[in-house]
Amino acid sequence: MSLLSLRDVRVQFNTAGGVVRAVNGVSLDLAVGETLGLVGESGCGKSTLGKAIMKLVPVAGGEILVEGVDIAPLNREQLTNMRRKVQMIFQDPYGSLNPRSTVGRSVAQPLVLAGWKADATAERVETLLRWVGLPSDAKQRYPHEFSGGQRQRIGIARALALSPKLIICDEPVSALDVSVRAQVINLLEDLKSQFGVSYLFISHDLSVVEHIADRVAVMYLGMLFEVGGRDQIWREPRHPYTRALLAAAPIANPKLARARQRTVLQGELPSPLNPPPGCPFNSRCPMAQDRCRVEKPALRAVGNGVQAACHFV
Amino acid sequence: MSGSALPLEIVDLRTTLFTRRGEMKAVDGLSLTVAAGETVALVGESGCGKSLSALSIMRLLPDPPARIVGGQVKLNGRDIVPLPEEAMLGIRGKEIGMIFQDPLSSLNPVATVEKQIVEVLMTHTELGRGQARVRAHELLELVGMPDAARRLDAYPHQLSGGMCQRVIIAMAIACSPSVLIADEPTTALDVTVQAQVLALLKKLQADAGMAMIFITHDLGVVAETADRVVVMYAGRKVEEASVDDLFENPLHPYTVGLIGATPTPGAERAERLADIPGMVPPLNALPQGCAFAPRCPRVMDRCLTQKPALTAPAPGRLVACFAAERT
Repeated sequence: MSLLSLRDVRVQFNTAGGVVRAVNGVSLDLAVGETLGLVGESGCGKSTLGKAIMKLVPVAGGEILVEGVDIAPLNREQLTNMRRKVQMIFQDPYGSLNPRSTVGRSVAQPLVLAGWKADATAERVETLLRWVGLPSDAKQRYPHEFSGGQRQRIGIARALALSPKLIICDEPVSALDVSVRAQVINLLEDLKSQFGVSYLFISHDLSVVEHIADRVAVMYLGMLFEVGGRDQIWREPRHPYTRALLAAAPIANPKLARARQRTVLQGELPSPLNPPPGCPFNSRCPMAQDRCRVEKPALRAVGNGVQAACHFV
Repeated sequence: MSGSALPLEIVDLRTTLFTRRGEMKAVDGLSLTVAAGETVALVGESGCGKSLSALSIMRLLPDPPARIVGGQVKLNGRDIVPLPEEAMLGIRGKEIGMIFQDPLSSLNPVATVEKQIVEVLMTHTELGRGQARVRAHELLELVGMPDAARRLDAYPHQLSGGMCQRVIIAMAIACSPSVLIADEPTTALDVTVQAQVLALLKKLQADAGMAMIFITHDLGVVAETADRVVVMYAGRKVEEASVDDLFENPLHPYTVGLIGATPTPGAERAERLADIPGMVPPLNALPQGCAFAPRCPRVMDRCLTQKPALTAPAPGRLVACFAAERT
C-alpha cells in the first residue's frame, strides 16, 4: 500500500477572471521511505497540490488517500489523527512561525494539541531541537532572533514533533543562501535515514531535486507530464517539456554547461485562466501537431517505470 | 576618454554604511577590471557586498546610510566617484546600463512601455520623438519581445516577469552603453524564461562588445555566463579566477565550500552536500582576522588575528587566504 495515493485530484479556484483549474486531474503514488520530487515552474499547481493533501485548500474532485484512507470524508477528530501522519514545512519559515510565540511554544504546539503532558512535551521539545541542530536555549527565544536557516530548522522540528510518516516540503530551501541551503538539505536527508520519514519535495530548483529525490514528478498547468525514477528522468527525459526544463536549468560546471546541447524553449507559461485546448503545452512545444491542439494526452506508462503524458512519446 | 582605457576599472573601492550601530564596511577595498566583451561574475551570499558594489559603481547608493569613502570607479578611463549627481544623470543609462532583479519595480507602473523607452532615448540621444518611437519598436524586437508592436502600448502590469525584464534590457542597451551591470537579473524568473534571458544577454553583449558585471548567488548561472569570477565574502574579494579555473580548482576554502554546497546534475553525484558550518557574520560583528575563519575548515592561528591580503598564486588568479598560499 502506498503511503500517499492521489487519484484524479482536482483543485479549482473561482476568480473574477473565471475558473482556474490549479490542479487538473493528478494521480500519483508515494511509497514509504521515498522522497518524491515535484517540480515545475510558477503557477503549475505544485504548491496547491501540496496544500490539497493537507486539506488546506478545498478539493474539487478525486481522492486523496493516506495509508489507504480517503481523507475527504474525515471529521475533525479523524483529520487531526491524519495530520499526525502528514506534516508540512514551508518556503518562508518566518511566515509560518508565530512571531509572538517562543520557539519552544511553537515546537510544542502539535504535542499540546495531541494531548501530551507538560513534562513529556518539554522533554520532547528538547529532543527535537537537538535533532535539528539548534541549541537548547533556543526554546526561550523568539523567531526574529534566528536566521533564515535556523528558522527553517525550527519549522522542521515542529513538523517532526508527532513523528509523521510524510512531510510535505514546499520549497523549503528556496529562500536560503547556498551554504545554508546545503545544511538544511543534509539535515532533511539525515532525518530521513534516521526515522524513515518520506518527503514530497516541492521545488522549482531542478539541481536540488536531482540531489534529494528518489522519484520525480513534473507538473505543468495543473497536469502531470512525466513521473519516474530520478535517474531515468535525468538520463532520458521523455516528455518534451521535461527535456526543455532540464536543458534550461543552469549547471554549476562550466565544461558540462558548454558541452550540452541547449535548445531554449520559446514563450512563457500560458495563463492558467485560459490554458490552450488539448495538451496545455502545445503553445510552446517543438513537437506539437494538430492532435495536440484538440486532444489532451493521458499519463501512461512508457517503459522503465516512467509515465509520460504526450501523444508522441 | 582615452581609446585604450578599459571600459570599467575599479580601484580599491570602499563603501561604508553609517548606522546607529556603528560603521560597517560593506565594500572593503574592491578592485576589479572588466574588458570589452567580457563578463565578470560577482558571486557571494547575501550580505557579502555584491549588490552594494553594483550600486556604488552606478553611484546609486542610498545615502544615508551608505557612502563611498575611498577608491576609484573608472569608466572608460574617467573616475566617476567625484562627479556631481548632474553629471551622473548623463552617464547612467548612456555609458552604464543597469538591470535589476525585480523587473516590475524597476519600471514605472503608470507609463506605457513605449513611453519609458522613448524617455531614455530622448534623454541621452539627439533623437526626436518620432525617431525615438521607431527606435523603441526596434529595440523591443531586438530583445525578442513577443508581439512587439502591440506591447509598445502595454503597461508593466499587463506583462509577465520575463517580458518586463526584456523591457528593462531594451532600456539598458538603448544607448549602446560600454558597461552593463546586471544585478541578479534572472533570479525572479522561471527556469525556462531564465534560460531565454541569459541567452539574450549573451547575444546582445557579444554583438555590442559590452563589458558586463553579472551579480548572482547562483553558481549554475555563473558557470553558464561568466568569463571570469570574483568571489566576495563579508565585503572583500576573497578569490578571482577564470570561470574554468575557479570550478576546476577553487583555492579559497569559501569557494570550495560554495561549489561543494551546490548540487550539480550530470556530474558525479555526491552522497552528501559539503555544507559550510555557521553563517555569514553580520557586518557589525566581523571577526578580527579573516572574516571566514570561524567557518573555515583550514583555519590556522594566524587567521584569527590577521586579515589575509590578495596574492597571485598563478597567472590570472588571486586569492586572499593564508592556507591557500601554502598549497
